[in-house]
Amino acid sequence: MAAEPTGTPYAWPDTYGDEAKERMGFFTDTSVCIGCKACEVACKEWNLVPDDGMVWTGESYDNTSTLGANSWRHVAFIEQDKPLHGDGDGEVDALRWLMSSDVCKHCTHAACLDVCPTGSLFRSEYGTVVVQEDVCNGCGYCVPACPFGVLDRRHIARHSGDPPHEILGLQLGKNEDGRVWKCTLCYDRLKGGHEPACAKACPTDSIQFGPLDELRERASKRMEKLQAEDWNGARLYGEDPDDGVGGFGAFFLLLDEPEVYGLPPDPVVTTSHLAEMWKTAAVATGALVLGVVAGFLGGAR
Amino acid sequence: MSVTEVGSGMRSYYGRPVLKEPVWQPEIPWYFFTGGLGGASSVLSLVARVSGHELLAQRSIQIASAADAVSPLLLISDLGRPERFLNMLRVFKVTSPMSVGSWILAYSSAASSVSAFLNTIGRLPRVSELARTASAVSGAPLAVYTATLISDTAIPVWHEARRELPFLFGSSAIASAGAAGAIAVPPAQAAPARRLAVGGVLVENALFNLMEKQLGMVGEPYSKGEAGKFKKIAVGCTLGGAGLLAGPARRSRLAATVGGALVLAGEAAVRWSVFKAGFQSARDPKYTIEPQRERLQRSRTAPGSAEGSV
Repeated sequence: MAAEPTGTPYAWPDTYGDEAKERMGFFTDTSVCIGCKACEVACKEWNLVPDDGMVWTGESYDNTSTLGANSWRHVAFIEQDKPLHGDGDGEVDALRWLMSSDVCKHCTHAACLDVCPTGSLFRSEYGTVVVQEDVCNGCGYCVPACPFGVLDRRHIARHSGDPPHEILGLQLGKNEDGRVWKCTLCYDRLKGGHEPACAKACPTDSIQFGPLDELRERASKRMEKLQAEDWNGARLYGEDPDDGVGGFGAFFLLLDEPEVYGLPPDPVVTTSHLAEMWKTAAVATGALVLGVVAGFLGGAR
Repeated sequence: MSVTEVGSGMRSYYGRPVLKEPVWQPEIPWYFFTGGLGGASSVLSLVARVSGHELLAQRSIQIASAADAVSPLLLISDLGRPERFLNMLRVFKVTSPMSVGSWILAYSSAASSVSAFLNTIGRLPRVSELARTASAVSGAPLAVYTATLISDTAIPVWHEARRELPFLFGSSAIASAGAAGAIAVPPAQAAPARRLAVGGVLVENALFNLMEKQLGMVGEPYSKGEAGKFKKIAVGCTLGGAGLLAGPARRSRLAATVGGALVLAGEAAVRWSVFKAGFQSARDPKYTIEPQRERLQRSRTAPGSAEGSV
C-alpha cells in the first residue's frame, strides 16, 4: 500500500527532457468530503464549462449524475444504513452519507491518449492527460476507450443562435461543438504556478493537489489513521502503480467498494492487449486472403 | 468485514453505467459494412484476374472502388468536426487502430479508384493492374481492422471478443464481396463468387455463435434488444441468401440477384448487431462491474495476495 517514492523528480523525462516537471496529481480523500460541490462550481467557472441543463434526479443530493464533456468534477452522494465506524457499537439508527468528488484519473497508461488518432490527446510535462481542443475532430474513439467513462462529446451549439444540429446528412461543418472535453487538471493554472481550481475551492482539503509521490505518502498515512480509528470500508483506490492502468494521477480514498461510487473495481487499459489484438488482426487478414483464394479452387459450378 | 460482498446483488451507483456509450452514429456500422465489402472485393478482383475470371475481376474492382468511395464520406460525416477530417492524417499511431485504419483507407481508396477508373475507360492497363494489386494488398487489412478498432475499447462485449471479432468481420466481408460479385456477373461466370458468398456466410454464422458462447454473460446483448433483433435478421437473411446462391442461382440470374441481396443485407445486419451490442454493453453497469469483481476475487483467493483494507 505504501507506495515507495520513485525517486525520480521528472515524470516523463523521455518525452520532455529538460522541460519535464514533477508528476502532479490529485488525492481525493472522500472521508472529509462534505458534498458542497464547490469543486464542481469552481471547475465550471474557471474552465468556462457550459451549462448542460438541470434535472432533479432524486438520487440523494446528486443532480450532476456523471462525469462528461460538461462536468469535469462530479460529487457522488450515497446514503447507507451503515455506521461510519466499525459495527456501530449499539448505535440504533446507523446511517452514513458518503460523498466523493470524482474526476478524470489522469492514468499512467491512458487508453484515451493511446487510441486518439489525431494526437489531440497528449501527455503534458506534468504527466497529466489533456485534450488539445484546436486539434480534436470529434471522432469519438476516446469515449468508449476510457475505462471510467470520463470523456464525452460536447453536444452544444458553438454559438448561441446556431440552428439545431442535423445528425444525419452529409453536410460538412456541423453547427455544434462536436469535440470531446474532460478535466485538464487545470493545465493553464499549473503553467502559472497555481493549484487547480477544484482543489483551491475545496473547503475541507478533501481534494489535495501536489506531486504524486508526495500525495501517495500522505494517503498511506491517512489510511493508517482511518484504519486505527476503525472506519468502515476505508480503502485507497488507484494509488497502486501496479494496477491495470499503471496507477492514477488522480487517486482516491473511498469508504466502500469503488462500484458503489460508480467506479470500476478493476479497471484495465484496453491497449494492454494491443499486441495480441494486432496479431489476431494479422492472422485474420491472412485468413481472409486464403479464404478468397480457396473460393477460386474448384470448377465453374 | 461489514461491507456486503457482491453475490447476486451487484452494487452500483444508482444503476448508472460505469462506461460511456459510444457517440458513433449510424454511419459507423454502415462503414463497417462498406469497408468490408470494399476490402474483400479488392482481394477478390485480384484473385479473379490472376485466375482468368476477367468479368468478375472487372466488376469486383468497380464494386470495391464504389465502396471505397462511400467509406470516407461516411466516416467524415460521423465526425463531431467534419471540417477537420484531415487531422486523421496528422500523425501515424500504432496504438490507435483508427489512425492505422485511416491511413489504410486513404491508400486503399486511392488505389481502387485509380484502377477502376482506368479499367473502365480502358487506358493505361499496366497502371490499372498495378493499382489493382496495390488495392488488393490493403483490401484484407481494410476489411479486418474495424474489428480491432472496436476491440480496442473498454466496452466488454467488444474487448472480450478481441480474438473472434477480426475473423467475424473478415468472413462477413468475404460473404459480402462474394454476394456482390454473384449479383454483378452472369451465373455462368459467377461460380467463385457464389462459393465465397456461401462459404463466407457459413463461417460467419459459426463464428458469431462461437463468439457469443465464449463471451458468456458479457455476450448477453446479442440475445437482447436491438443487437438481438439485428442478429436474428442477420441469421435469416444470410442463410436464406446462401441457400439461393447454392442452388437456383447457378442457372437463374434472378435467384442470384435475390440471394446476393439477401446475403448483403444479412452481413450489414451482422455489423449492426455488433455495433448495437456495444451500446447495450456500456449501458448496463453489470457487464463492466461483475467480470472485474470476479477477476479481483480470483486474484485475492490466489496464494500470496492479501487484501486487508476492507
